[in-house]
Amino acid sequence: MLVLPNRRMALFLALVVVLLATVPFVAETYYLKLATRMIVLAIFAMSLDLLIGYTGLVSFGHAAFFGLAAYALQVISPQYAAANLLLALPGAIAVSALAALAIGALVVRTRGIYFIMVTLAFAQMAFYLVHDTPWVGGSDGAFIYVKPVLGIAGVTLLDLESRESFYFLCLGALVGSYALLVVLLRSPFGEAIQGIRLNEHRMRALGYNTYLYKLASFTVAGALAGLAGFLFAAIDGFVAPQLLGWHQSGAGIMMVILGGLGTLFGPALGAIVFVGVEEVFKERALVGPLADHWQMLLGVFIVAVVLGLRGGVAGWLVRRMGSGRQGADGGRPGDA
Amino acid sequence: MDAVALLIQVLNGVQYGLLLFLIASGLTLVFGIMGVLNLAHGSFYMLGAYLALSFTQMTGDLFLAILLGIPVALAVGFLFERLFISRLYARDHLDQVLLTFGVILILNEAQSIIWGDDAHGVPAPHWLQASIPLTDTLSYPVYRLFVAGFCLLLALAMGLLIRRTRLGMMIRAGESNREMVEALGINIRLLYAVVFAAGISLAALAGMLAAPIESVYPGIGEQVLIVSFVVVVIGGIGSIKGAFFGSLAIGLTQVFGQVLIPSFSGVAIYALMALVLLWRPAGLFGRG
Repeated sequence: MLVLPNRRMALFLALVVVLLATVPFVAETYYLKLATRMIVLAIFAMSLDLLIGYTGLVSFGHAAFFGLAAYALQVISPQYAAANLLLALPGAIAVSALAALAIGALVVRTRGIYFIMVTLAFAQMAFYLVHDTPWVGGSDGAFIYVKPVLGIAGVTLLDLESRESFYFLCLGALVGSYALLVVLLRSPFGEAIQGIRLNEHRMRALGYNTYLYKLASFTVAGALAGLAGFLFAAIDGFVAPQLLGWHQSGAGIMMVILGGLGTLFGPALGAIVFVGVEEVFKERALVGPLADHWQMLLGVFIVAVVLGLRGGVAGWLVRRMGSGRQGADGGRPGDA
Repeated sequence: MDAVALLIQVLNGVQYGLLLFLIASGLTLVFGIMGVLNLAHGSFYMLGAYLALSFTQMTGDLFLAILLGIPVALAVGFLFERLFISRLYARDHLDQVLLTFGVILILNEAQSIIWGDDAHGVPAPHWLQASIPLTDTLSYPVYRLFVAGFCLLLALAMGLLIRRTRLGMMIRAGESNREMVEALGINIRLLYAVVFAAGISLAALAGMLAAPIESVYPGIGEQVLIVSFVVVVIGGIGSIKGAFFGSLAIGLTQVFGQVLIPSFSGVAIYALMALVLLWRPAGLFGRG
């Protein structure tokens, strides 16, 4: 079931968006970049929630589509001039969508544990493709020297070099993605993929071609991850193979679980919390010498969340905001 | 490529494949019997490699190091199963993947704290350091042949253990019906812990045997983990026979990929996996 926020929850989410919108007016560059990262990864987490929380496909290779779009921006950008957003963005999203279509055509034939392993393996294939081949910087990564601009007929409407305009573009993309996913999930298509998550056999018996529905969902999720990857590459103007790596995929799953899967807004909040927690663990003033080994703290955090926090942040919030029917911790996918 | 160079590459591929089999068989056993996907499996390969490093420095001999290292790996595996994995049997794969992913992060940093971030070499035992000359310029190290033979013996022993012994019977029974086995009075919790510890120790043993061939460095476990996944996917989950043939196929593909298409060698094994999936979505020896 698509969990729409109840009135108090919607109010809370609107408050979060308004708070995020004030960040450029109060924060220094460092924190503005941090907030941009949170927002972009929130889009990534929502796209993964479409797969895990709604279609029942636990993908451990979602970062491949995130990273491919980031690399697409690097390749599309002329070396010393700005790429046009109107071409670069659809181009990068198309690269991710096509990759998701091709990989999805193979992987959605498998289910359960197989699906996890196969998506992981294909994402590693994409990783090695950029890591081992010298085309786009190999293992060193590559720079995007000039960030894209939004221009029509030579008139620049929006320059992503400006941190503030870029930030608002990302925030708009986050709200837009949420709206798009809600519309998608309330459509007959959305009902069908949620039916597949609950009982694929029954959907097939009802005459649905579940293979095509799952493939479509995988492709849409890949395209949306591509949007996030494109924006992520524009934050620092740098791409590295790690963007496609399985640590990134694992972090994505973590954001979804942390936020509460199958709620959309939960994973978005999960991404914000996750990036924040990472930042705390890297802070020498707070954790002392362990800051050099912050990944260990992150590991402990992940283990603690899995063992302790069922339903994620969204589940906790929904319980607090008191609403009888709308639970965030309904059925869980991944068992086949 | 002439015949001798070809022979060397085939031997390399088979030897690498047999080593992979030790890792992948543990992974596929644990999954087949307990239904747990353990991402941290590769970390125990890393643990084995570093144990070989430390114990070889202490004792001066790799085989003494292995004799010391195996009990350590068994103990760590047993504890790990009791502390973490046993909580996951009733959970879904998502939780299993995440928890063991967290454990990888912890173990990676623990390795960095204990052993540092440098790469180290481990010498092969001195009586295995010779090479067999094949032509005037080419020769083949005895140690690699030894590793291949040793792994082959282990594979045979494992096959016999699972098919012919009482323990093997319990393992196979536990795979098909946990409740029934429990009702027949077999301590399934203990059985699970033992199988898990054995699987972990196989991975650690592979790490120890590989130490003189590959050198020991941070992150070796992750590379191996994902390659073992590919092996298990190709062979079929839960199938030891599948893991055996899958390992050899991957070993040969990897080695010949590096020789024939060096800049795409990392991709070759995944391409093989894609082909197998197109043909048989459940793997070569998988059921459904």
